[in-house]
Amino acid sequence: MFEITEKKELAHTVYQFKIKAPLIAKKRKAGQFVVLRMNEHGERIPLTIVDSDEKEGTITIIMQEVGKSTAILGDMVTGDSILDVVGPLGKPTHIENFGIAVCVGGGIGTAPVLPIAKALKAAGNKVISIIGARTKSLLILEDEMKQASDELYITTDDGSYGHHGFVTQVLQNFIDEGMKIGVVVGIGPVPMMRAVSNTTKPYNIHTMVSLNPIMVDGTGMCGACRVTVGGKNQFVCVDGPEFNGHEVNFEELVLRNRSYMKEEKLAMEEFTYHEGAKCYE
Amino acid sequence: MDPNETKERMKIPRQSMPEQHPHERIKNFFEVPYGYTAEQAMEEAKRCIQCKKPLCVGGCPVNIDIPWFIRLIAEGKFLEAAHKIKETNGLPAVCGRVCPQEDQCEKVCIIGKKGESVSIGRLERFAADYEREHGEVTVPEIPKWTGKKVAVVGAGPAGLTVAGDLVKKGHKVTVFEALHTAGGVLMYGIPEFRLPKRIVQSEVEYLKRMGVEIVLNAVVGKLETIDELLANGYGAVFVGSGAGLPNFMNIPGENFSGVYSANEYLTRVNLMKAYQFPEFDTPIIRGKKVVVIGGGNTAMDSARTALRLCPEEVTIVYRRSREELPARAEEVHHGEEEGLKFQLLTNPKRFIGDQDGRLKAVEVVKMELGEPDESGRRRPVEVKGSEYLIDADVAIVAIGNGANPLIPQTTPDIKVNKWGNITVNPDTGRTSKQGVFSGGDIVRGGATVILAMGDGRRAADSIHEYLTTGVW
Ligand SMILES: Cc1cc2nc3c(=O)[nH]c(=O)nc-3n(C[C@H](O)[C@H](O)[C@H](O)COP(=O)(O)OP(=O)(O)OC[C@H]3O[C@@H](n4cnc5c(N)ncnc54)[C@H](O)[C@@H]3O)c2cc1C
Ligand SMILES: Cc1cc2nc3c(=O)[nH]c(=O)nc-3n(C[C@H](O)[C@H](O)[C@H](O)COP(=O)(O)OP(=O)(O)OC[C@H]3O[C@@H](n4cnc5c(N)ncnc54)[C@H](O)[C@@H]3O)c2cc1C
Ligand code: SF4
Ligand code: SF4
Ligand code: FES
Repeated sequence: MFEITEKKELAHTVYQFKIKAPLIAKKRKAGQFVVLRMNEHGERIPLTIVDSDEKEGTITIIMQEVGKSTAILGDMVTGDSILDVVGPLGKPTHIENFGIAVCVGGGIGTAPVLPIAKALKAAGNKVISIIGARTKSLLILEDEMKQASDELYITTDDGSYGHHGFVTQVLQNFIDEGMKIGVVVGIGPVPMMRAVSNTTKPYNIHTMVSLNPIMVDGTGMCGACRVTVGGKNQFVCVDGPEFNGHEVNFEELVLRNRSYMKEEKLAMEEFTYHEGAKCYE
Repeated sequence: MDPNETKERMKIPRQSMPEQHPHERIKNFFEVPYGYTAEQAMEEAKRCIQCKKPLCVGGCPVNIDIPWFIRLIAEGKFLEAAHKIKETNGLPAVCGRVCPQEDQCEKVCIIGKKGESVSIGRLERFAADYEREHGEVTVPEIPKWTGKKVAVVGAGPAGLTVAGDLVKKGHKVTVFEALHTAGGVLMYGIPEFRLPKRIVQSEVEYLKRMGVEIVLNAVVGKLETIDELLANGYGAVFVGSGAGLPNFMNIPGENFSGVYSANEYLTRVNLMKAYQFPEFDTPIIRGKKVVVIGGGNTAMDSARTALRLCPEEVTIVYRRSREELPARAEEVHHGEEEGLKFQLLTNPKRFIGDQDGRLKAVEVVKMELGEPDESGRRRPVEVKGSEYLIDADVAIVAIGNGANPLIPQTTPDIKVNKWGNITVNPDTGRTSKQGVFSGGDIVRGGATVILAMGDGRRAADSIHEYLTTGVW
């Protein structure tokens, strides 16, 4: 059992948790994730380790409620315990001094970007970050990203805060201005990662994306998380989660992530029904 | 035994085991055979003629004293029979169910030369079940702690055997298991209807009662490496991480929704209980038309699992002929009773999907058997122009597993062969790295439960010797 020692609401249906897991806290590196199972009937879901505190023996995760499992976690409070937490899984991000590193976070994707931005900064990069959300109230980690970056740019789709538009427009501006970018790290919804990769591809700028396929075990045993990268099958949980964005078959990932749409909807309906009236937008 | 009695005994027919009717059992995940009653077990036990030089014992990879335990059953001393078996086999309720007995102990049983061999596996199962159901599982006396600690990687049959053997010798043992449940393939691979999970868990409980510590959710290599374990007070490490890396065919369309590896399909259903969705949260696509590719036990398990998820049709596609089917005859027979279809001498060429990326059909091609290959089996070759489509919304690829690469990746001084299997001295389980032992599927590639346990037993002896003498 893994105790929740702290819970914070960052935005509507977006929560940050600190979870007691001393060994993972000691070992984890930027880019790695954990797999959690909330209770006996639960499924195993992957979430990025955003931060850790070795002294406290805790890891930090940030999650958005999108379906039943994340809704169950979202309902948990300080003092509750998560049944299973496994990690740190996946390969750590490849960190080196690239010169200028542009970190792009879209929506909840800003959470996995944060530890990578920190690590890149610590390795001597000039870190320029762009974080975006649909609207101001959904924007997360502004202060943390500001601290981790040399420069921070913000976008909202509806113009309620920062630049009116998409993160890729800001990125395109940098390129057009002739900025010498060593690496771009883009994490967010699949369409956003595809857009980031498409933006940098004509200029051959090294671009890393962190993929979020459906997983089961997270240890390379099942193959549920396979994606095509550079024409080859890769298991995201052991070969990734980060890959060269120019080589990822995003279309396939989108379709595979929809495999259980019908079932996910059913699970969620049953859940909200049993939970009683709970408000969703 | 006097010759007359032997003759009498040889007249007793092999006792069949009652089982659920196929029409009933494809609607549930309960075990198919019910097991012997006490009367049936005693009758079957009488068929053993108590050979002076019992061939059966040599056919068992862990050399159970078969005639002895069978005699105890014939005498109605069921608990003693169970204890006798447990002297050499830590998981009798499991082995009695899943051992390929027809290729091992029962293959060489003398009675089998003229008629049907003694049902050794079923008797083993009976004794173990009797002991468990009568709540009289006694824990052996554990000697005083030797001061030595051993780490075991993986709670499959190999690792659990090592753990059981070493605590009985007075060492402290910690088993690290990556998943949230101990048991390895016994929990995530072999289906409930062939091996009820509560049986595996009661064996695990037994080990815990003997003092084995089991740490779940612990991926060795990620959480702690083997070198760290050795530096942190463990005198020896046993690697029993299994063969969990599913092979794919690398043909077009393999990543459409609805195409599963057997590991994923079985894990969702067995370990995550997707057959009880939405009571359990893990979903599975319940195909109407299911195609299973492969002919081994894993293919049979996948197909028989699919049959229980209300399909219209489940078809095995296998590239060789019936004679070459590697699955146990009993499994093929059970599958056929349950309505399983076979397309033999057929091989998939590509998967076809709709615009949403969901599987729609499998294109297959007819095969014929050509010249024998290195293994002596006739090699299947494509019949040109014989391609056709099989409708399918679920396809399960069951063509074997490779070695799990996690340990070798994080401990490069453990030598592996070209397939990634750890190389060991087969008599001792010693790897190329001092203090590290290995066995089971990570060494052998896909093998059997009892062979993994046999490896565990030998490695435990060798670990004990190493810990006592310090000689590598
Ligand atoms: C390596 C990795 C890191 C991730 N990090 C984060 C994170 O830091 N914060 C965060 O909020 N989310 C993260 N995710 C996504 C998160 O795992 C899913 O949102 C979650 O599993 C959804 O479960 P659900 O039952 O609530 O939703 P469901 O109703 O099951 O599904 C809703 C959506 O989530 C996707 N999904 C469903 N099951 C899984 C699964 N087992 N694994 C991955 N995606 C799934 C589906 O494609 C669907 O679009 C990460 C995913 C991966 C692979
Ligand atoms: C579907 C299926 C059906 C089968 N049917 C039969 C049958 O009827 N009869 C038979 O005799 N055999 C059968 N087998 C084969 C048999 O199950 C295996 O040979 C046997 O389980 C191997 O045992 P093992 O201990 O080596 O490995 P496994 O059972 O594979 O166990 C390995 C364990 O190690 C864990 N692990 C892996 N890496 C790590 C790590 N880094 N850190 C911590 N833990 C780790 C895994 O999670 C797993 O629990 C079947 C196999 C399958 C897949
Ligand atoms: S363990 Fe397997 S091989 Fe040995 S006696 Fe039992 S069924 Fe036969
Ligand atoms: S070979 Fe057959 S008959 Fe002989 S002891 Fe073994 S089980 Fe009994
Ligand atoms: S999640 Fe099972 S192999 Fe990656």
